[in-house]
Amino acid sequence: MSALLEIRDLTKDFGGLRAVAAFHLELRPGELVGLIGPNGAGKTTVFNLITGMISPTVGEIRLAGENLVGYPPHRITHRGIARTFQNIRLFNDLSVLDNVRIAYHPYAGYRLIEGVLRLPRFHRREREIVEQAHELLGIFGLSDRAPELARNLPYGDQRRLEIVRALAARPKLLLLDEPAAGMNAGEIQKLMELIHFIRDRFKLTLLLIEHQMRFVMSICERLAVMDFGEIIAEGTCREIQNDPKVIEAYLGKGVHTGGSGATPAAPPPEGRR
Amino acid sequence: MRLRAGWIALLCAAGLYLIVLITGRTGLLNPYWLQIFQFAGIMTVSGLGLNVIYGYTGQFSLGHAAFYGIGAYTAAFITKSAATGGWMLLPALLAGAVAAGLVAFLIGMPILRLRSDYLGIATLGFGIIVKVLFDNSDAVLPTLGGSRGMTGIPHFTSWTWVFLCVIGAVLLVRNFVYSSHGRACISVREDEIASEAIGINTTQYKTLGFVLGCSLAGLAGGLYAHLYTFLHPMNFDFLKSLDVLLIVVLGGLGSISGTVVAACAWTLLLEGLRVVLPTEILDWRLVIYPLLLIVVMLLRPKGLFGGNEFRFLKPEERR
Repeated sequence: MSALLEIRDLTKDFGGLRAVAAFHLELRPGELVGLIGPNGAGKTTVFNLITGMISPTVGEIRLAGENLVGYPPHRITHRGIARTFQNIRLFNDLSVLDNVRIAYHPYAGYRLIEGVLRLPRFHRREREIVEQAHELLGIFGLSDRAPELARNLPYGDQRRLEIVRALAARPKLLLLDEPAAGMNAGEIQKLMELIHFIRDRFKLTLLLIEHQMRFVMSICERLAVMDFGEIIAEGTCREIQNDPKVIEAYLGKGVHTGGSGATPAAPPPEGRR
Repeated sequence: MRLRAGWIALLCAAGLYLIVLITGRTGLLNPYWLQIFQFAGIMTVSGLGLNVIYGYTGQFSLGHAAFYGIGAYTAAFITKSAATGGWMLLPALLAGAVAAGLVAFLIGMPILRLRSDYLGIATLGFGIIVKVLFDNSDAVLPTLGGSRGMTGIPHFTSWTWVFLCVIGAVLLVRNFVYSSHGRACISVREDEIASEAIGINTTQYKTLGFVLGCSLAGLAGGLYAHLYTFLHPMNFDFLKSLDVLLIVVLGGLGSISGTVVAACAWTLLLEGLRVVLPTEILDWRLVIYPLLLIVVMLLRPKGLFGGNEFRFLKPEERR
């Protein structure tokens, strides 16, 4: 099957810093792929490049064969890519319902003048939008919270609301930036079930960044590992777990028995840089 | 519930309209105060415009008076050169609103990419340019009067006109902000990056909010021109932009009710103090009202209404 997302030779320089270097990745429709790597490896930068938040220095990004480079983020969203953010970006002072309703705007289906004059199509479409929003919120168990302000939701609910909002934009490809961050074991279990459910229900392809290895290993079918802006390994979870390059990226070089003994102890995986 | 609130509001509005109309006609309300009432309505329309720009779309503008002035001069130019009956006010007001909106569209395209303070500075600069243009307008069109002011504008604005415009503006803004397009504007205020990420063309909605708000300023300007029958560039300088900004912030950003109440209260208070205060401390008027402003901001930092609305202005909550 042909790839849904194709990234080739993607490079991004920030001044003298090469944040992403010759990055390549292919996602087939329906895949669930994890993008992992130590902090500062450039994972979020890749997300920002795919969604058009920043433009690449060089490289190619294609969704279903169509070029995405050079388009503004909202156009890329219309093509079928939605995302969540590492530091949750909800519309905090709006209700949960409004957060979702706003994402329906490109599909609102009535003109400004129809809205201002309150013509029949406005009422009909608004009713449909509210129904759809409630249905989507219901899947995530947030329907009861619809009138509350987004900022008043507990942390886990905020993360889920952000996924709901992204889904309302009707993506083919959903990018999740650390969806399990700050969740406890029970919430993570529920999140995994939800991700599987929405993938089947909405026929999604998913790419997710995550640091919780147990979560990544049990949910992703394939992993791509980044370090210093490059892909250093790609493969199934088992292959990745045993890849010496990956172990080196996360844990540093191993101490050779009988060596000079000067190699420093491996730093913790998250604190390397 | 909402339906009843709507009827009560309608009755109150109709009552207010009739009371002012009748007392004005019979002379119970002297012409001076009738003019103040009309001016309060004009400030309401202009304030609603700035609320769309700053309160709902989140774009900080310090050039509101420029658009108010563009509307005023455009409308006045039309009625003065056409020299026909009072019905000319309607096309003149519309032309004023369209002219202000058009200029807002052209100036908005380059400057709306700036954020917060920088946009404020850019709109401030634009306001100064427009004021200078008004000052020298007689070089191009002698009718506009330049720095000597524009005289001989027919007195077409009546309480009915003002009242209809206020009702129209309130309904327009309410229907706009509670529609999908209005929500798109609000999302730009809340988080521009997140809005783009869910498919909102933020540039387009910033421009929409700005143009709509400036058109309302233009409409208000047209009413103003035909109320006082005299226009002077001084009436459209930076300080006048600040007045509208104060009204909007005082009433509460993103609150229609707040703008209406604050615009009326501000206008009536400013004139009311003139009557109430003894002559020797009359000059303290301009000290009292900034003090009041400070007190309100300390007690209610989000404005009188803090983003809330009278019930009749809110759409019903479904489910």
